[in-house]
Amino acid sequence: MAVASRQIQYREALREAMSEEMRRDKRVFLMGEEVAQYQGAYKVSQGMLEEFGDKRVIDTPISENGFAGLGIGAAMMGLRPIIEFMSWSFSLVAADQILNNAPKMLYMSGGQFACPIVFRGNDGAGGQLGSTHSWTVEGLFANVPGLRIAIPSTPYDAKGLLKTAIRCNDPVFFLESERMLGNKGPVPEEEYLIPFGVADIKRTGKDCTLVSFGRPVHFCLEAAEKLAEEGIECEVIDGRTIRPLDIDTIVESVKKTNYCVVVDQSWPFGSVASEVATQVYERAMDYLDNRVFRVCSDDVPAPYSKVLEQAMLPNPGKIIKAVKQAMYLE
Amino acid sequence: MTMTDPQAVTQPVERVNATTRLKWLRDMMLIREFELRTMQAYQEAKIGGFCHVYIGQEACAVGCIAATNPDDPVITAYRDHGHALARGMESRYAMAEMFGRVGGCAKGKGGSMHLFDKRTHFYGGHAIVGGQNPLGIGLAFATKYENEVLGEGRKRITLCFLGDGALNQGALHEAMNLATVLELPCIFVLENNRYSMGTAIERGTSMAHDLSVKAAAYGMPYYQADGMDVCAVYNTMKRAVDRARTEQFPAFAEIKTYRFKGHSMSDPQKYRSKDEVSEYEDNDPIRQLASVLTKSGDLNDKAFKAMSQSVRDEVRDAIKWAEQSPEPDPSVDLYGDVVTEPFGEYGSTSLPEMCDHEPGDLPADE
Repeated sequence: MAVASRQIQYREALREAMSEEMRRDKRVFLMGEEVAQYQGAYKVSQGMLEEFGDKRVIDTPISENGFAGLGIGAAMMGLRPIIEFMSWSFSLVAADQILNNAPKMLYMSGGQFACPIVFRGNDGAGGQLGSTHSWTVEGLFANVPGLRIAIPSTPYDAKGLLKTAIRCNDPVFFLESERMLGNKGPVPEEEYLIPFGVADIKRTGKDCTLVSFGRPVHFCLEAAEKLAEEGIECEVIDGRTIRPLDIDTIVESVKKTNYCVVVDQSWPFGSVASEVATQVYERAMDYLDNRVFRVCSDDVPAPYSKVLEQAMLPNPGKIIKAVKQAMYLE
Repeated sequence: MTMTDPQAVTQPVERVNATTRLKWLRDMMLIREFELRTMQAYQEAKIGGFCHVYIGQEACAVGCIAATNPDDPVITAYRDHGHALARGMESRYAMAEMFGRVGGCAKGKGGSMHLFDKRTHFYGGHAIVGGQNPLGIGLAFATKYENEVLGEGRKRITLCFLGDGALNQGALHEAMNLATVLELPCIFVLENNRYSMGTAIERGTSMAHDLSVKAAAYGMPYYQADGMDVCAVYNTMKRAVDRARTEQFPAFAEIKTYRFKGHSMSDPQKYRSKDEVSEYEDNDPIRQLASVLTKSGDLNDKAFKAMSQSVRDEVRDAIKWAEQSPEPDPSVDLYGDVVTEPFGEYGSTSLPEMCDHEPGDLPADE
């Protein structure tokens, strides 16, 4: 990553990506709840109505099934919609459109109609929002062929991946996090794109491989910092995209460290972590000195209570414990 | 915007010239023959899966689509063979698709319920009831966007067909609401064949006796036509289409029709009487039009027989072509067309024409 002096927020990085792509290509438009006049429920699209006008930055009623499908129809005609879900939790009412139509259109039509669309919004627990508003959808949606899932953890990755998503000719599910929107990080002034399917090694280490996606990458880095004080050097791999999955980078690291812990904010059963673990077994079984350990959200609905919610989600303490268990230190 | 168009139901039928009506007759006969042979092929297990034939409803697709321009997008539900053919898809591609062959419109990956034809602006058969309606407003959104933002300088409308079963799906209501709020030139064409699978409309739909209220609820004009009379369908739809095109605003059109066969190929039809079916069969849209054209001297027995023979030949040719088209090769075709930009196991897909453009082919943002 190039060293950049400029620090901007995650939300600003998203806005820059969208604005740059909308200036570059008139086929790109933004649609969703409160994206225009309200300036974005989370201020991601602040100022975009003013720059691009109401024909390209479009408010919708609360009608996810309707406007998600609208976007897909428009994409079939060659436009490049960015559809904002205020929360990915709300995408569930649009399941038929986003799972049945977007990712299958190319296949069902024998290659006649692609679906170049980006669905984006907040994923994962916010802060005490309870069960219905705390979905981590990657566990569910990663099961579906035909779509791509990007899940950036830093402003730099958010911008570069979103620009790639908007130029992608296939549907992209872009998973952001309400808890990270205010995070600042270095983002260069000059244009860059980050290809899908290329993981980023956020910290190098020789003792144990930590694989994660999205917000828990930060928990991994925190855990790695503390473990380093005890002389354990973790390699932290930020997958950045789940589909495509950069399994090669993960396997290379496991071959070096011989231990692997996957940290994933979805539920454990049939999760992204399960898939990563399986692929590690398939490719690097002989290099492992222990089984792959998973740190997921607990297998319960997201609770409201602060204490219970914190107990449910992955955190540095759980990761440190898993690393020590994996390395036979506990 | 007016709520309902008071003239929509009562305006007198315009004269349509005999040449055009003869073409419509053949179009309907082609669909009928295609569907009869489809049923036969299904019984011979040459076609698999779910299969829903359009027999009895031919005047809907033919009359509605005749009222559009060739580049107006059309989208429909799973009973889609008639719309695909009326739109101009070659019958061989539709038949080969149902046979699951590589020569099918979707290379055998879509099947009976998922016919697509980019060339004729036919945006598919969609098999989840109601699911095509949000897509339909998206097509309409795109045509409006192309005109207003990309400056293409043409006003198009979208025909979004639905059955009466879709009246009870949330997707339709979200789509109709959005169509009005965003002023999208989408005509929701309700093909009311009175049965949602085996459920009579009044058992599943509120206000089934007066569906104009559905349109009124979303502030869009309502039209109604006798779906057994292709000229009536055309005349009504022509008004609806012209107005939607000019005003770039949605509409709702109810075409009262009837399917002569079961919901699908495995339907014992316990929910309706044989008398009811035969009553509608007496109003057969094909026989009606043939009779009118015969009486007016525009069609004689010899010409009718020649027309019958020509559609039989065309469909026979389609069957032959489908049978001769190769089965897909799993080693090549299974993983193709999943994504446009190959990764991992996905490969061997050529980029659809629609994506084959650069931002530079548009004028830069001012």
